[in-house]
Amino acid sequence: MNTEKTRSSPKTICIDGKDIPFTKGQTIMDAALAAGLYIPHLCHKPGLSPHGSCKLCTVDLDGRSVSACIMPANEGMDIQNDTPELQEVRKTITQLLFVEGNHICPSCEKAGDCSLQAMGYQLGMLDGHFPQFYPRRDVDASHESVILDRDRCIMCALCVRASREVDGKNVFALGGRGLESQLIVNSPSGKLGDSDLAADDLAANICPVGAILIKGHGYEVPIGKRTFDTRSITETDLGEVSLKKTEHHDV
Amino acid sequence: MKTEHFSEAKPHLLHVLSDIQQRNRYIAHEDILNVAEQLKLPIAQVQSVVDFYAFFHRTPRGEFDLMFSNCTSCGDVSLMQTMCKLLGVEIGKTRDDGLVSIRDTSCIGLCDQGPALLVNGHAMTRLDNQRLEAMAAMITQHLPLNDWPSVWFTVEENVCKRGLLLNESFAAGDGIRAALNRGADDTLEQIISSGLRGRGGAGFSTGLKWKFCRKAEGDAHYIICNADEGEPGTFKDRMLLSQHAGAVIEGMTIAGYVTGAQMGFIYLRGEYRYLETALKQTLNQHRTEGLLGIGILGQQGFDFDIEIIMGAGAYICGEESSLIESLEEKSGIPRIRPPFPVVSGYLGQPTVVNNVETLLSAAYITAKGEAWFSEHGTKSSAGSKLLSVSGDCLRPGIYEYDFGISMQHILDDCGASDVQAIQVGGPSGTLISPEEFEQVLGFEALATGGSFMIYHQSRDLLAVVQNFAHFFAHENCGFCTPCRVGTSVLRNAIDKIVSGHGTAYDVDEILRLAKLVKKRSHCGLGQTAPNPILDFLEKFPQLLTDRLLNQDFEPGFDLDASLAEARKLTNRDDAGAHL
Repeated sequence: MNTEKTRSSPKTICIDGKDIPFTKGQTIMDAALAAGLYIPHLCHKPGLSPHGSCKLCTVDLDGRSVSACIMPANEGMDIQNDTPELQEVRKTITQLLFVEGNHICPSCEKAGDCSLQAMGYQLGMLDGHFPQFYPRRDVDASHESVILDRDRCIMCALCVRASREVDGKNVFALGGRGLESQLIVNSPSGKLGDSDLAADDLAANICPVGAILIKGHGYEVPIGKRTFDTRSITETDLGEVSLKKTEHHDV
Repeated sequence: MKTEHFSEAKPHLLHVLSDIQQRNRYIAHEDILNVAEQLKLPIAQVQSVVDFYAFFHRTPRGEFDLMFSNCTSCGDVSLMQTMCKLLGVEIGKTRDDGLVSIRDTSCIGLCDQGPALLVNGHAMTRLDNQRLEAMAAMITQHLPLNDWPSVWFTVEENVCKRGLLLNESFAAGDGIRAALNRGADDTLEQIISSGLRGRGGAGFSTGLKWKFCRKAEGDAHYIICNADEGEPGTFKDRMLLSQHAGAVIEGMTIAGYVTGAQMGFIYLRGEYRYLETALKQTLNQHRTEGLLGIGILGQQGFDFDIEIIMGAGAYICGEESSLIESLEEKSGIPRIRPPFPVVSGYLGQPTVVNNVETLLSAAYITAKGEAWFSEHGTKSSAGSKLLSVSGDCLRPGIYEYDFGISMQHILDDCGASDVQAIQVGGPSGTLISPEEFEQVLGFEALATGGSFMIYHQSRDLLAVVQNFAHFFAHENCGFCTPCRVGTSVLRNAIDKIVSGHGTAYDVDEILRLAKLVKKRSHCGLGQTAPNPILDFLEKFPQLLTDRLLNQDFEPGFDLDASLAEARKLTNRDDAGAHL
């Protein structure tokens, strides 16, 4: 391998007309975030293996669509990311995520700290647009310090991966099929209280929405002073290139 | 034998769960814990598999569990409703005495002899009201299925037109012997130069697939026969597996010889359980004759064997990476690609996944030469294609044609007249109108995995599109947002129009979302799910416009209907309880 040559002319991909360097093994998302360029995403978190399911990071490449978080960067790729059409597509996908669950933003403890809500703001989403599904999903309050409210789950599987890849456990999984998919707990009773989840596990703290919440804390930071009240999701995600737990304002 | 993967000592998860389902009529929470312990799998993995596959249930099904096909060709939902009335049972619910349960299921591949159902997994064809009444009486008497008239369970193989493949004779060992004579390198070259392309519908070069797999490094290589024939309207693999299984198995063995694989799997859809016994016998016969096993036909180092893995009701498992996930005892969620299965497939090893018909064709090409094959068909589509012809025609069945045949020619052959539309390639394929009947069959023109569903002028085509919208909303895996949620939104929107509440606004919304689902979904299912809707909007706009309200907007929310639950709870149905 000619390292001299590699150093003198780093490989690049082009996103919205800007040349972005990348190294072998990086995805389009990896390269973009490293260069300070934001591609919207919900199920992705640097440091965890990519999942590719939320499709917020859909970008256009030679007339077809690919998910930036799972598509390996390749020399010469010409990618469209921040276009009106794509932002409209992402807004629709965000609306789909809202209507399939039971999201209660005005009374949700996560309001203001919620990535889904912040994504809605970012994309100029004013309503759910589609008819609400009003699914019936179970709440699991069996754990002494963590609550699981599936009504607000968006199936991003961040907790699933955090538990397996960082915590060294296997607490969560996605089960079921189609619209009946749901987050399940890997324990004999299927209850969180029966699992080996600990309150300071990454899996208990990584939820981008209000589906997994730490008990004993609530409304300590007033609305208006929360994460996304002061910063957009673009700023937050770009500042979060390395993996860390969702910040708790009361800590 | 060293190549054995699943055995009595270490059975496949789907088989274990299937046994429990058949024995106990459901899979209890205790069973999930026991199976997880027995197979050393995480509890959540077993639970997610139970909840993913449609043939597994968490509450008891009836002693007689009836699943009526809801396919537009082999289904008749009115028969299901009749049966529910005859037996006093609600759709989806098991009767209180546990005797019977009834529900619908996606196409069961009996489109040439419908209406059809599965009772405790056994196929019953050519249903009518008289038959249902007789069945209901036997069910009420608890008469075991063995004592039901055996003719009710007859599955015919209606081969209506034989072509390149089906006209040929093929003696056991013909393909393997020819491959051994020629050597692995030349056999591969022959498959490549024959122009054979995947018969599942996507049409990738079979030879190149084998070549990539052979080149890929791994601890082992695998050959998978995709017999998860789930596309509604397709049943040609059912015929091939019951009448030409030997050649299919030989195709797999030759693929093993070429790629260096020692192990193969036939992934057979759960709906085809009745083919399993005969298939196993054919495998055993091949072993006896030295066509499978260690040192095939005396060739030292040529070891190859095959196991059958049964699916359990999931259309998505026809997608090759979902199939591999299912083979690995997981839910059938499509993988991220790249890497492709030829590089990283089953257990992360190089894997070839081929359709049943593709493997049969490969065996024939090896035995008879590439010229025999490639002089048929068109420039881009060599050879012939087996079609499963069903719907509104006089002679439904299997038809084999060289590529390049026109749609009209096929319609004439099977006795179809006054045709309104054809769904070519099943719901994931293309809906065509009479203006397109001169189009020809081929990967460069109209491609199909084999499904050919015909709709007469008298059919309500919107109801057909609605059926397909329900199919995809039911069968999608739930992995990605556009498909998981989008297919349900589309289904509901079509339902709204069918129920007479649709407006031009709804049509615009459907169009916008259908395009999004098609373009932004993770796998082939989502990328094709909106096809029937988009084709219908483009080619039959008037049929839709006729069904719309002449106003700007009509809410999707029906307040009176939403009060039904409150009425039920308060035991009221008087005028005052309605709007």
